[in-house]
Amino acid sequence: MITPNSPVLIDVHGLCASINGVDILKDLDLTVRRGEVHAIMGPNGSGKSTLAKVLAGHTAYAVTAGTVQFEGQDLLAMAPEARALSGVFLGFQYPIEIPGVANSQFLRLSYNTLQAQRGHEELDPLEFDDFVREKMKMLEMSPDFLDRSVNEGFSGGEKKRNEILQMALLEPRLAILDETDSGLDIDALRIVSRGVNQLITPDNAVILVTHYQRLLNHIVPDFVHVMEAGRIIKTGGKELALELEKRGYDWVSAEHEAAGRARTQEVSA
Amino acid sequence: MSSATALRPPTVDHLGTLLAGQPLPAPSPWPAVNALRERAQTALGALAMPTLRDEAWRFTDLAPLHRLTFQPVLSAGGLQAADMAPFALGDAAIRLVFIDGVYAPQLSSLAHEGGVVVTDLPTAMATHAVALEAQLGSQQTLGNNVFAALSTAFLQDAAVVVVPRGVALAAPVHVLFVTTQAGAISHPRCLVLAEAGSRVTLVEDYVALQDAAYLVNPVTEIVLAERAQLTHVRVQRDGRQAFHIANCAVSVGRSANYQSVSVALGAQLSRYHLSVVLGEGAECAVDGLALLAGSQLADTHSCIDHAQPHGTSRQLHKCIADGSADAVFNGKVVVRPGAQRTDSAQSSRNLLLSGRAQIDTQPQLEIFADDVKCTHGATIGQLDAEEVFYLQSRGLSDSAARQLLTYAFGAEIIERIPVPSLKRQLQQRMLAQTGSQP
Repeated sequence: MITPNSPVLIDVHGLCASINGVDILKDLDLTVRRGEVHAIMGPNGSGKSTLAKVLAGHTAYAVTAGTVQFEGQDLLAMAPEARALSGVFLGFQYPIEIPGVANSQFLRLSYNTLQAQRGHEELDPLEFDDFVREKMKMLEMSPDFLDRSVNEGFSGGEKKRNEILQMALLEPRLAILDETDSGLDIDALRIVSRGVNQLITPDNAVILVTHYQRLLNHIVPDFVHVMEAGRIIKTGGKELALELEKRGYDWVSAEHEAAGRARTQEVSA
Repeated sequence: MSSATALRPPTVDHLGTLLAGQPLPAPSPWPAVNALRERAQTALGALAMPTLRDEAWRFTDLAPLHRLTFQPVLSAGGLQAADMAPFALGDAAIRLVFIDGVYAPQLSSLAHEGGVVVTDLPTAMATHAVALEAQLGSQQTLGNNVFAALSTAFLQDAAVVVVPRGVALAAPVHVLFVTTQAGAISHPRCLVLAEAGSRVTLVEDYVALQDAAYLVNPVTEIVLAERAQLTHVRVQRDGRQAFHIANCAVSVGRSANYQSVSVALGAQLSRYHLSVVLGEGAECAVDGLALLAGSQLADTHSCIDHAQPHGTSRQLHKCIADGSADAVFNGKVVVRPGAQRTDSAQSSRNLLLSGRAQIDTQPQLEIFADDVKCTHGATIGQLDAEEVFYLQSRGLSDSAARQLLTYAFGAEIIERIPVPSLKRQLQQRMLAQTGSQP
């Protein structure tokens, strides 16, 4: 939802990042205000997932230039856990399996760490159990998933539901959902999307990284950005996603190149 | 009282030094026990302490042991039940306690049901002399093992468990060996006879009430008759200065089932040698965990011998080494000629938490039959950076994430312990131990 004069939540400016010496993000700009839903689309290898990971603080990526302000704080100076505690949440494209750690234990530890940070009371295992079961109902998850090891042996769809369950528990200010729709069948997509929609408030924001327009039928974006070669080359409304679905990415790329040539000519003229 | 040094040639060696000044035990009222001791004493005369040149000891240097002297403790100290509270297992109704190697009846609670015997050796001999004499010290796999011979040469007492034919003991039997005195040497012994079709769970537990160096030299002998089932949980939570050198020999009869979980948490230097011989159609699962920090060394050697056809063995051994600790695993699986249709799987998984820690793992397969299914494998790794990041992205600090992942790595083995109270104690201990890492 676009609200005039809504405060800026995250402001990414001139962001460049690389992994193993290979530049992935190249001068990327993005501004997200409270209450907004942004979709980031683009072909494979355009840097969408890298952007998600860099914002969450993945240590494998080196930020080589640019700034990221999150609610006025220098996000890039913060450790991954500090970002999480400040309200940044990354829904993983491939949620990690952690054998030996019970999902309930993991969820409670994470929840209580955040509660402590926010000056709220921590929940003991029994209280937490009641609390988390309510949230699981929203995602039509069986309580059996509490006793199993984190994501171990979960199907693709179950892992994604478990991600959204974490989002529901942690109530982030900014949720970055990296291809949350991949591997979901139609029913699971509907359930997960409904979960996300219920969590969207005028105070928070969501960045959806996705390949497919079908997710955006369920979670309607206010802005659609197209990434290519590490930067955003086009921004539009939700109708842009429909157009991409119909026409692919080549025309955006061609349009961007033409605009680039025009600018170069202007400069040299 | 003669001295054990008399058994040795006059040259000074480490075994001789260890034996020096240790009185041989007073003659036993049972001729079989005396004969057993004499055989072991004779064997000791021909044995020497292993060195790094011995293949089986190439990663385990006993030099720190040789620098110290140890004395036997001849009477149990005046411990109270309250002293045992930290180690008490709520779900183990039957408990045998040995203090510095000496049986402590006042701290033990014995079995009195269904003909089950759980008691000290003298008491057991009064009623089961024939069976005990036949089995005590009888397992071939303990032969020419210097520490096993040392134990037998000084054999005084033993924890004896006899489960009669067809009897299933619901509650676990807890055998607790406590060291209370600095510089003590003790030779704890367990003898377990599970008769045909019986079922029992044994917890063999080594603890200390003091922090100084001491030497525990246990020997455990287990005989499972056909169709018997034993779950054997072995916990080495000795003091951090302790030396613990243990041997265990298990004979698994036809269609019998041996499940073992061994956990090594304590001692500066520990060694556990487990030998399992499987009869026809017998099964075993032999799992282990060594959780080490500082300058600890833990060495696990196992040999699973498929002596007969249709046997099944499973082994998962895990080591976690932090600081400058050393973990050693050598797991041999032997399939004898004729042991067709053997099904064996062995896995050694290891976690290195520090650049100064070391893990040496050596799974070995020796197959002399042609119709078998055998797999083995070993991995050594560090904590997975993606797993750490995942937990950090959920608000856990780097150290909390590493603690949780380390705990989880070890918990897979602890989970296999079917005694809830012990499982909880070890989980707590493991959380505390993994939490202290930088």
